[in-house]
Amino acid sequence: MSAILANYIIRFRWLLLVIGIVSIGLAGLGATKLGFTTDYRVFFDKGNEQLEAYESLQNTYEKSDNVLFVIKPKNDQDVFTEDTLRAIQWLTTEAWQTPFSTRVDSISNYQHTRAEEDDLIVADLAGDELALTPSSIEYIKSVSLDEPLLVHRLVSPTGHVAAVNVTVKLPGKALDENSKVAQFSANLKQELQQKYPHLEVYMTGFVMLNQAFQDASQKDMGTIVPLMFLVVLVTLGILLRSITATFATLVMILASIITAMGLTGWLGIKLTPPSSSAPTIILTMAVADAVHVLVTFLQHYHRGMNKFDAMQESLRINLQPIFLTSVTTVIGFLTMNFSEVPPFHDLGNIVAIGVTAAFIFSVTLLPALILALPVKQKLIVADKSNSMDAIANFVIGNRKKLLWGMTIFAIVSVAFLPRNELNDEWVQYFDESVDFRNDTDFVLENLTGLYTLEFSIKAGEEGSVSDPKFLKTVEDFTQMAEALPEVIHVNTFTDTMSRLNKNMHSDDASFYRLPQERELAAQYLLLYEMSLPYGLDLNNQINVKKSATRVIVTAKNLSTKETIALENKLGAWLVINGQGFEFDVASPSLMFAHIGERNIVSMLGGTAIALVLISLLLTVALRSKRMGLVSLVPNLVPAFVAFGIWGIFVAQVGMSLAMVAGMTLGIVVDDTVHFLSKYLRAREEKGLSVEAAIRYAFANVGRALVTTTLVLVAGFSVMSFSTFSLNSDMGVMTALTISIALIIDFLLLPALLMTYEKEKQDEQVSTRINRDSDASLVG
Amino acid sequence: MNKFLLASIATATLVLSANIDAQTAQEKGLAIAKEADRRDLGWQDSTADMLMVLSNKQGETSERKIRIKSKEVAGEDNGDKSLTIFDSPKDVKGTAFLSYSRIITPDDQWLYLPALKRVKRISSSNKSGPFMGSEFAFEDLSSFEVGKYSYKYLRDEEFNGESTFVIEYYPNYKHSGYKRLISWIDQKEYRVLKTEFYDRKNQLLKTLEYQDYQQYLDQYWRSHKMLMVNHQSEKTTDLIWSNYQFKVGLDDSSFNRNSLKRSR
Repeated sequence: MSAILANYIIRFRWLLLVIGIVSIGLAGLGATKLGFTTDYRVFFDKGNEQLEAYESLQNTYEKSDNVLFVIKPKNDQDVFTEDTLRAIQWLTTEAWQTPFSTRVDSISNYQHTRAEEDDLIVADLAGDELALTPSSIEYIKSVSLDEPLLVHRLVSPTGHVAAVNVTVKLPGKALDENSKVAQFSANLKQELQQKYPHLEVYMTGFVMLNQAFQDASQKDMGTIVPLMFLVVLVTLGILLRSITATFATLVMILASIITAMGLTGWLGIKLTPPSSSAPTIILTMAVADAVHVLVTFLQHYHRGMNKFDAMQESLRINLQPIFLTSVTTVIGFLTMNFSEVPPFHDLGNIVAIGVTAAFIFSVTLLPALILALPVKQKLIVADKSNSMDAIANFVIGNRKKLLWGMTIFAIVSVAFLPRNELNDEWVQYFDESVDFRNDTDFVLENLTGLYTLEFSIKAGEEGSVSDPKFLKTVEDFTQMAEALPEVIHVNTFTDTMSRLNKNMHSDDASFYRLPQERELAAQYLLLYEMSLPYGLDLNNQINVKKSATRVIVTAKNLSTKETIALENKLGAWLVINGQGFEFDVASPSLMFAHIGERNIVSMLGGTAIALVLISLLLTVALRSKRMGLVSLVPNLVPAFVAFGIWGIFVAQVGMSLAMVAGMTLGIVVDDTVHFLSKYLRAREEKGLSVEAAIRYAFANVGRALVTTTLVLVAGFSVMSFSTFSLNSDMGVMTALTISIALIIDFLLLPALLMTYEKEKQDEQVSTRINRDSDASLVG
Repeated sequence: MNKFLLASIATATLVLSANIDAQTAQEKGLAIAKEADRRDLGWQDSTADMLMVLSNKQGETSERKIRIKSKEVAGEDNGDKSLTIFDSPKDVKGTAFLSYSRIITPDDQWLYLPALKRVKRISSSNKSGPFMGSEFAFEDLSSFEVGKYSYKYLRDEEFNGESTFVIEYYPNYKHSGYKRLISWIDQKEYRVLKTEFYDRKNQLLKTLEYQDYQQYLDQYWRSHKMLMVNHQSEKTTDLIWSNYQFKVGLDDSSFNRNSLKRSR
């Protein structure tokens, strides 16, 4: 079969070349349609429970993203100086020009209420028409630092930093909306620093988070991919020692990437940080294909065969193993579709397309190019003595020790598996080289948190937020939450209510408490609403029917586990002490907190299916149920061991690591296939003993396995340079798994075979010999 | 300046300008605004009922019922006086709001809270905030006065089968929530048929359509259905007016602090 195909491929190489170039061109056109997504919400599927809860909460109150500017005087004074207050005023005013802005909050436009006899005065706390005398600055300071709505939100408790929060409502019609806001804000920051050079300015918030996702994708594409090309060039150069072959491989790899990314564009898939690592992965996988074809070709060519015969022979030998390993790799990557996280579906599918393309090009475009271009022939008499012999001898000589040693190694590693803890803290997705991460860390340390839990507490019928019983419940909840050590700030309108009650009683401090009658509370609310300016209304705290209120609990930097614990604690309090008032809770932090677990569960299913499919394929390919079973060990153990080692050294598992088991299965299986098929060929075709067959397998594929593993490990290690931890973790973990797989194939698999075959020797030989054993099926 | 004088100047300007292209867009806009103002002079006082229907994106609705008494005030610096009485929601029933509208300075406003049994003066420069949580800002509801804006005539246009002037307004009030407004004013009766509101960053914020105009005392046109759509929040507010009465004999004593408490 392979021989006939090889024949056709060589005969029609020119046609294939033309078809290849045309189809690459057509697919590549799609690359112009490629875009980067700019919304952290893409990490959640439409049906995601937490996403839906959050969207419904946002629809009830106000759907919004934000940019948070935090400023700090460089001389370590507090922000209550004329210069800094003027800067806050300036920024507050200018921030209204932000595209899609709906609201700007700061201590300068905070709607301060106070009483003067029977007058209620509502005004900006530090409006720009106010003369900033020492006494007025002192007044602004005392009000700011005493106002629960401001402290830990827009000003720090000591006043050493202050913030301007810009709320934007992105219409979601164009892809560049978020970028427009981020760009505008960055310019604003620059202008602010020019006007007020005494200030440090930090920027965070969801707009900046979204922007960081986009920047991370583009940065990866810009730095990791070229780095990867460099690694590949070096590896190929050393391995092939042929300029033409290296060049042809590069062309073929580029063709695979262009095809995959182009089709991605045509399919309308938007790139995210995870899916933007697809080119790197395709590059890695494509190299492995090319290496197989070229190494065999060059071997025969340098031994004196003519170019066409050498290529034909290479294709005959390699067509089927490359096909088989491509299929298992595609299956591995397709398991990503089981993930709860859509960007990983995209990553899996893009790589699957790329791997398929790489297979096709490595047996069409690559041979055609090689045959069309001049290749220098360096006649070599025979193979050098094989260093693999040493390993083979060592393995055979230490069968028992290795079997026990490797088993203990595996068991010990796996024992650390439970140390792994799911954690998806999205701030930590970005490493310290990313501005967003640094700025956000600063804000977390100095002012407020980004991890929030948003509660919508429902009072019942229309207008009943003014019910004293409800107000009391919300206030109790607020006080309970504020007392928790992990909580930084609680934003609630009951504080406003108490303040109004005080204002309406001539600022008598003893009236800083909730109004006791429903009508009174409702009328305060009306009065207050009537006196607020555009963009500072209560719509973000109370719904249209005035039947529910939003309480936002801001927490410190919490791990996923702590976030869920806090959610449960606060929820339990409301269930027990909430007087029967219903509530919903949602937030981006909760979305990320819950996705890890859901993702692992669904990925387990996907990995199991891949395992079944791949094992079936192996059984067919190796033509032996028993060998299919034996192969389970080297295929499965690496992922377990890798996760165990991860548990020892890192122990934090983000959502991308759940992909690794399924994905690496498709890759590590290659090693097993190559080793076992050579072993079987030696046993069956050549009638060698177990030991001799193991030596044969080492001698024939040992070097190839080491080199492809090196290429793969190098490729995935390059991903660890990503500034985006989901990608770098995945790269490290995959590299680790693939390395372990090779160790297991070399040290454990032969020991297993020897132990296993000794017991079954008799029956096996007799049943095998009768079969049509074209063992070349798998190389 | 005397309003009659103003009006006659406006008319004179308008007549003169009929065939004179030399008139600038600013002058023409101002002239149209003045003519609209002139045609609505002399109604003295009025009362009306208003039903406010708020809806959000998900179709949830909420209603408020209000009665409004207004009194015309002459003079360039002052707008009209109005007294607003809230009938529903029931928690705020009996709450009354008195306002002396000003042109370019903050309005004088007092609120009577029946639960507190006191009148509170509200000192606030904010006219841009939402009225009772609706999509109407205070400044959208207060009386039209020529001095509140500067103007620019844009073009003539057909709107719902009527010939209209399209005029751009720029608020003179520093604390306005808007950068500009665009109104479609019908050329026959000088009634505003539609207004677009642009926020401070000059993005379209809201559109208000005036429907169901009825004429009172053979002169004064009042819309009975005002439909406001907020394009950014996707919320809407409809104002349904009824029971308009004019020249019912309200004097200044109906619009002072004491009248607030009596006004239920």
